[in-house]
Amino acid sequence: MSNTILRKRFREQILVMFGREPKKPEAIGEEAQKIHLLKRTGNKEKLQAAAAHAEAHMSTSHKWRNRRWVALLLINLFFVFSFHYDIQILEGALTASRFIGFHLIDLNSALQVMLAHRNIITNLLIGTGTVLVLWMLFGGRTFCSWVCPYHLLAEWAEKIHLWLVREKLVTDAPVDRRLRTVFWIVFAFLAVATGYTVYEAISPTGIVSRALIYGPGLALLWVLALLVFEVFFVRRAWCRYACPIGLTYGVVGILSPLRIKYSLENCYHEGNCRKVCLVPHVLDTVIKGRAVHTEVPIGPDCTRCGLCVDVCPTNSLTYDVKGLSKLL
Amino acid sequence: MSQDEKPDTPPAPADKPAARAKPPLSRSRRQELRRKLLRTVLLTGGVIGAGLSGFLPLVYARSPRLRPPGALDEKDFLSSCIKCGQCVQVCPVDAIKLADLVDGIGVGAPYIDARKQACDFSCDAVQCVLACPTGSLTYHKPAFLEARPGAQLAAKPILLAKENDPEPTLNLTERMGVARLTRPEMCLAIKGKGFKGPARGHTFRGKMRYMRIDRWKPVRIAEVRYEVEECDLCVRECPIKGAISIETVYAPDGSLRKSPVVHEPCVGCGVCEMICPTEPGSIEIVPREVWRT
Repeated sequence: MSNTILRKRFREQILVMFGREPKKPEAIGEEAQKIHLLKRTGNKEKLQAAAAHAEAHMSTSHKWRNRRWVALLLINLFFVFSFHYDIQILEGALTASRFIGFHLIDLNSALQVMLAHRNIITNLLIGTGTVLVLWMLFGGRTFCSWVCPYHLLAEWAEKIHLWLVREKLVTDAPVDRRLRTVFWIVFAFLAVATGYTVYEAISPTGIVSRALIYGPGLALLWVLALLVFEVFFVRRAWCRYACPIGLTYGVVGILSPLRIKYSLENCYHEGNCRKVCLVPHVLDTVIKGRAVHTEVPIGPDCTRCGLCVDVCPTNSLTYDVKGLSKLL
Repeated sequence: MSQDEKPDTPPAPADKPAARAKPPLSRSRRQELRRKLLRTVLLTGGVIGAGLSGFLPLVYARSPRLRPPGALDEKDFLSSCIKCGQCVQVCPVDAIKLADLVDGIGVGAPYIDARKQACDFSCDAVQCVLACPTGSLTYHKPAFLEARPGAQLAAKPILLAKENDPEPTLNLTERMGVARLTRPEMCLAIKGKGFKGPARGHTFRGKMRYMRIDRWKPVRIAEVRYEVEECDLCVRECPIKGAISIETVYAPDGSLRKSPVVHEPCVGCGVCEMICPTEPGSIEIVPREVWRT
């Protein structure tokens, strides 16, 4: 290709020697085109910034993802080892546990029990309160991405799904997000109406957590079915559109000081963050022209997983604790 | 730089400045929305259907499970249990198991398979009740839950292992079930036969506390050899005072014979069911059964 272009150019140069005026070239090589494009963006500083930006795209960081996976695995394995080696530090499962004697009770499980049984004993209240304060401090849905074992399985299933999408074997078929709110209400209603904790029977969080600690069972088939559905049909279906636990913790996260902060100034609005995000609707603020302020905190539905922080080439998305930067 | 971001609003048609209302949707967009709605409805049905499928075992009225000591009545138990398994973790003999998918709505709820491993109260204090964070297993039933007649124990049961302690009783007010001689034709005591060897064979994995071996460490039943002239294993190993004895009773044909007889203090722990050397066991716990006089 480049040879043909250069040969043509050579012939033209000869013609110019004989008196023809030089004219705009009809074809330009690909690499040269790229440089032209860069030069068109303006001065040298901008050019260098663009080059640095392109370089930043090349280097992929998995810092927060790796930290998160380690934390998630350690927390879940802590439950497992605590039981198997009788360490007695963290007893129970994710639905309810005791950490060095302190009750910790999952908010959604507690809610189901309270609604179904309509009797709240002190330990239940203490455990729920502790967890409420804990996740209010650490960001609500942080539970999802940093603790929930189903989240990790779904994250791996998502990789298969995205590979299949790239190979054009499947397409993601999004579902109406209002469904999760509907489920939350339906399962709360079912708990009240039937007097059974209906949601607990299908909660993949509880099922996987118990399977890890007390050994696998047939209930894992339901989890497997969910994962298969997510791989072939709807990307991250359970976490995005169904899980009432996520909504419960999301509500807790409304008041949380820990969140992801978006900074408008250096953002190129390329949208890579939205492509990796479990809940891209929280990142609508990164779309060109949407940011209402130079720095905008990301909404409470964000799981604080840090995938966007890892993928952003301009550090426009960072972890932030409200008020902490003012204090320091 | 932002090729992949769609513009916020579609450009308004220039010749119709008044048309500020939503532009009509294209056919493909309408189709897409319709499909999305359909998928949403399908997912709704799928998940709620899966949730409700948990009720199937209730509909088919499965045989009731033996629950850990101090459990509320079945419905209240299932509604209050948070399925965390803390009761499983504290049990020194691993008597408590968690139910699987076949238990539907009760998936993850604890039960005891007494024939495999009964609760022998070797923890002395009913630890599982202590561990329960939601009051599904409880020492004191809340006032609004009434005890079924006969479920309540006449007196706090005396644990034979603690008989000489200052506080010899178990903090239990209701029974888990009642032992019943369900296969009298197999019972060695009725046949007047003795028994030699480990109660359940050499491969049996069940454990029990033997005061004569170690008060604090349960041992495998397979390691304990019995040699009795007339079988009385159920009476001999019953952890509760006065719950069962060998009595001389009238047989259906009018003759006199010996037989294990269950008494009111029986809490339904299942040790007799576990220790019974006949296969299948002659004596079993009827879960949730009340005492009938």
